[in-house]
Amino acid sequence: MAGRAATSGWRQPSVLPGFGLSLGITLTALSLIVLIPLAALFVKAASAGPSEIWAIATSPRTLAALRLSFLGALFAASVNAVFGLILAWVLVRYRFPGRRLVDAAVDLPFALPTAVAGIALAAIYAPNGWIGSLLAPFDIKVAYTPLGVMVALIFIGLPFVVRMVQPVLEEAQGDIEEAAALLGASRLRTIFRVVLPPVLPALLSGFVLAFARAVGEYGSVIFIAGNVPMVSEIAPLLIVIKLEQFDYAGAAVIATMMLLLSFTLILLVNLIQARTRRKLGDV
Amino acid sequence: MSDATLQGQAARPAAPHAERRIGSESPLVQVLLIAVSLAFLALFLLLPLVSVFVEAGARGWVAYREAVTEPDAVAAIRLTLLVAAIAVPFNLVVGVAAAWAIAKFEFRGKNLLVSLIDLPFSVSPVISGLVYVLLFGAQGYLGPWLKANDIEIIFALPGLVLATVFVTFPFVARELIPHMQALGSTDEEAALTLGASPWRVFFAITLPNVKWSLFYGVLLCNARAMGEFGAVAVVSGKIRGLTNTMPLHVEILYNEYMSAAAFAVASLLAGLALVTLALKSLLEWRYGDAIAAARHH
Repeated sequence: MAGRAATSGWRQPSVLPGFGLSLGITLTALSLIVLIPLAALFVKAASAGPSEIWAIATSPRTLAALRLSFLGALFAASVNAVFGLILAWVLVRYRFPGRRLVDAAVDLPFALPTAVAGIALAAIYAPNGWIGSLLAPFDIKVAYTPLGVMVALIFIGLPFVVRMVQPVLEEAQGDIEEAAALLGASRLRTIFRVVLPPVLPALLSGFVLAFARAVGEYGSVIFIAGNVPMVSEIAPLLIVIKLEQFDYAGAAVIATMMLLLSFTLILLVNLIQARTRRKLGDV
Repeated sequence: MSDATLQGQAARPAAPHAERRIGSESPLVQVLLIAVSLAFLALFLLLPLVSVFVEAGARGWVAYREAVTEPDAVAAIRLTLLVAAIAVPFNLVVGVAAAWAIAKFEFRGKNLLVSLIDLPFSVSPVISGLVYVLLFGAQGYLGPWLKANDIEIIFALPGLVLATVFVTFPFVARELIPHMQALGSTDEEAALTLGASPWRVFFAITLPNVKWSLFYGVLLCNARAMGEFGAVAVVSGKIRGLTNTMPLHVEILYNEYMSAAAFAVASLLAGLALVTLALKSLLEWRYGDAIAAARHH
């Protein structure tokens, strides 16, 4: 099998063995686990017929849920971009007691099961919780409102930006900054004109990852959201509700819309990123 | 601000020679930025983690022990371990195969293949469960055939495993590919020339070379497998004692206002998260160079 592949010209010849076997395992697993099931989703959504698809897609409840999931994810990813950049900067540039511990703690949202994060956040931000009770006198409600959704989405996306930006900042500790300062640029100007531009592609990647994660997030959100239809109901929850009502087509249509929307957005940002990289002369 | 004296005590500059560096923030700005970072982390990370353990202990030790040893909880713990014990090795084998094909060979469509392997990361966990319900559910495409042949997938163990495999599919390959690409193939080629069999080359050279990033990937894969909620929630049916995993058990208890019990079971999962983080940090500190390649992409 490998020999035939080598001569057919779609791969460069190699003395190493196992190409057919390893690619075969990969493609089989990928198809059975990911591609065929995802294809079934699209087929199911399409089988609903144009008028029904349109009705589901434009129903106020669907639109409200999609709006909350996507705008919420954009907002949370933006917050993560700002604080993630500051965090990465502090972790790379400064030395302070407990720095390594803080560095390790950043990954907590990756390791902590989402349901655990969900009930913990709900308990903290509930009106009688640790933070909720502090905010209550000011009439600020976080739990069981769209604000609660944001809190959960910020939590879940926190590590992405830090982990993307950190290695780039580590490499950037160069003499260019010094040169800029010697040439008379102020510190702020140096940061915005010299330090940050090379970090931008990594920052964008982190933003996209945080966004992609937040759009589909379910476990950490549903406990704190309150799940009021049209107000604090996220799109993944609406899919679960449709499934529980045995409305398979409805669930499939909303899921397909979510996937297409987020893939389009991710593709868009990747294009911007490719352009930024070219502009910076990076490969 | 540009020629800071940098003698701040709370925040000292990074590199030893950086004290001479002209371009750096004033000590005040440094302290301020550190304070903002720590406050942000305390608010969003530390507080939730601490609250899990505080709430878990709210009713005392006896209630805690009862909550984690009652039959439904034990069944949930068992099921979670069983699902991870099937899903993680599966993804380990597939991840290693994918990394071998992608890192060691040049072929057309490779970039597409890498993107497709990463695809589950951009799919909502709920959708990851939904796709299997559409295929194998009672009203799914294969539902009638499965029923006729008495095979249960949805609301049973196979569905839980499939959904878990889907969401953890990219972890191992993602860590291995950059590391194997950075190492190149010269070691393997030399061994082959010297007459080693292909499997011997793999087990004696490739595997030891990448073992730490492999362990790293498996660690993350396992943490996600045991903690997955959205995908398994859709396919599980949440039958107590039968198809309830630990995260689902936490949800049921919480929704029944058995908060202390919910947090007790949650504290076990939080403990797992802490162990995962500790091992992960240890790997990064001791074998940072080996794994570095994986973190740079």
